[in-house]
Amino acid sequence: MSAGGGNEIHASFRGAVGRFDLDVAFQAPSSGVTALFGPSGCGKTTVLRCLAGLHRMAQGTCIVGGEVWQDESRFTPAHKRPIGYVFQEASLFQHLSVRRNLLYGARASATREGAGAIAFGEVVDLLGLAALLDRAPEKLSGGERQRVAIGRALLSQPRVLLMDEPLSALDRNTKDEILPFLERLHATLSLPVIYISHDLGEVERLADTLVLMEQGRVIASGRFVDLQRDLSLPLIAARDASARLEAVVRAYDPAYGLLSLDVDGGRMIAHGKAAAAGSRQFLRVRATDVSLTRQAPQATSILNILAARILASQAHGHDMNVVLGLGPEGEGARIVARITRKSWDDLGLSDGLGVLAQVKSVSAFAFGQANP
Amino acid sequence: MSFLPPDTWTAVRLTVELAAITTFILLIVGTPLAWWLARTNVWWKEGVATVVALPIVLPPTVLGFYLLVALGPQGPGGQLASLWGARTMAFTFEGLVIGSVIYSMPFVVQPIRNAFEAMGERPLEVAATLRASPLRAFWTVAVPLARPGFLTGAVLGFAHTVGEFGVVLMIGGNIPGQTKVLSVAIYDYVETSQWREASILAGGMVIFAFTVILAMTLIEKRVARVGA
Repeated sequence: MSAGGGNEIHASFRGAVGRFDLDVAFQAPSSGVTALFGPSGCGKTTVLRCLAGLHRMAQGTCIVGGEVWQDESRFTPAHKRPIGYVFQEASLFQHLSVRRNLLYGARASATREGAGAIAFGEVVDLLGLAALLDRAPEKLSGGERQRVAIGRALLSQPRVLLMDEPLSALDRNTKDEILPFLERLHATLSLPVIYISHDLGEVERLADTLVLMEQGRVIASGRFVDLQRDLSLPLIAARDASARLEAVVRAYDPAYGLLSLDVDGGRMIAHGKAAAAGSRQFLRVRATDVSLTRQAPQATSILNILAARILASQAHGHDMNVVLGLGPEGEGARIVARITRKSWDDLGLSDGLGVLAQVKSVSAFAFGQANP
Repeated sequence: MSFLPPDTWTAVRLTVELAAITTFILLIVGTPLAWWLARTNVWWKEGVATVVALPIVLPPTVLGFYLLVALGPQGPGGQLASLWGARTMAFTFEGLVIGSVIYSMPFVVQPIRNAFEAMGERPLEVAATLRASPLRAFWTVAVPLARPGFLTGAVLGFAHTVGEFGVVLMIGGNIPGQTKVLSVAIYDYVETSQWREASILAGGMVIFAFTVILAMTLIEKRVARVGA
């Protein structure tokens, strides 16, 4: 099996876990975030534990960067795999200070020091840990603990970073405090990250690649932006289904706090922080914020009205999920609209038809090197 | 010291020696046993745990009887003793150490096992994902986290050995300087109506027990604060 460059991951695991059978196979590229996404109890954590060598599935293959960690005859134990693992709960060593927690794995991997090594100071800066170094883990907030856990994993100089719902044990505010750190991580580091989540919002902000799981099976895997718009998959039917778009900033209007951005096939205005012209941003367009019309409205509060073409559609209950290509011919980026079936019928919409997509609200966020 | 006969001081020294050696051996033997009991999944482990716990329930005389047989000329202890030309290990200090180790074993193993179990799998898994070998994880994570268990085990093991009476009487007898320990000395004083000596020793034991437990508790609190 050719491993490609860097740390490409090829994994397949099969066997019984508790009450169900796990049977998964997937690949993850050698950089960027691969999200394992699926409902609770679908076997995501087991897959991650298998990758780490914490769990041994009867049948399995795990090859990272061409190195075999598991096959029929071999099994590399966890402590010999160059991984970083961030557990759902921070699981810091209670008897060690933050600094000694951070350095616990650094010691063992000191020999790997060299080009590409992750430096202590760098991690401390990136995760904002400078003020915490001499504290005891029990004196930290939940968010701080999880940041230390992430730093500790990084300082063991992993070739793959495995994260098991690192935000799920945290409340909303703490999550929002940590997500920017993860995004910076994503932008700064070149190692592949396998990220488990059942929160679509998190996945949307972090994932480049998606492995969609259900009851111990992989039902789809590929580029996140593609799966997001795939009518055959459950993502598009989710209540908060949306489309993530790449965009380039044209200008920022501080008076209104709005960014004007170019996307493939149109121009959009979005809420966001000030950003330099020419910089890259990502836009989140929620399916429920997109409405369709066949004629240009006269006067409207909606800022984004884009020419688009209906590429595909599917009824879902009383709603229609509609995949649109931006641009008059639908050749540009794709977004998703959710409208009622009544509107669909009243407007006489059908696949292939040119329409105007009105987008009520678009939010922009900075994002690392998503390399789709 | 003049307020107690000299052979009483011999008994005190002997008792402390016996308890210290026993505790030391128990920490060495008991730690891997506790680790195994806490982490193995074999079905017969609770059988082993029950055997270890037996001395808590058994009358000391019963335990002492079997130990006497085992240490005597016909038992394995006697065969062992024949290696250095002795006939038996009963009524010797070495025999007393062996008996004490068995008698005090549950008081050392149980707290350490509980501490290992309370800690759970997670800290060791974390250590493994940070490239720590199982041995390093044991020394740098499991042992420090189980420290309260070790402390409790050591204190209980020491104290129970100091206080042991029935087993000592059965296998050690009452040889001054060799097997006559404190609890036996107190018994002797009472038998011979030397109430003053008996009450000094008994009172001393109470103060000793109080001091040891209090000191351990305070040290543990302090260590926990500083170590964090």
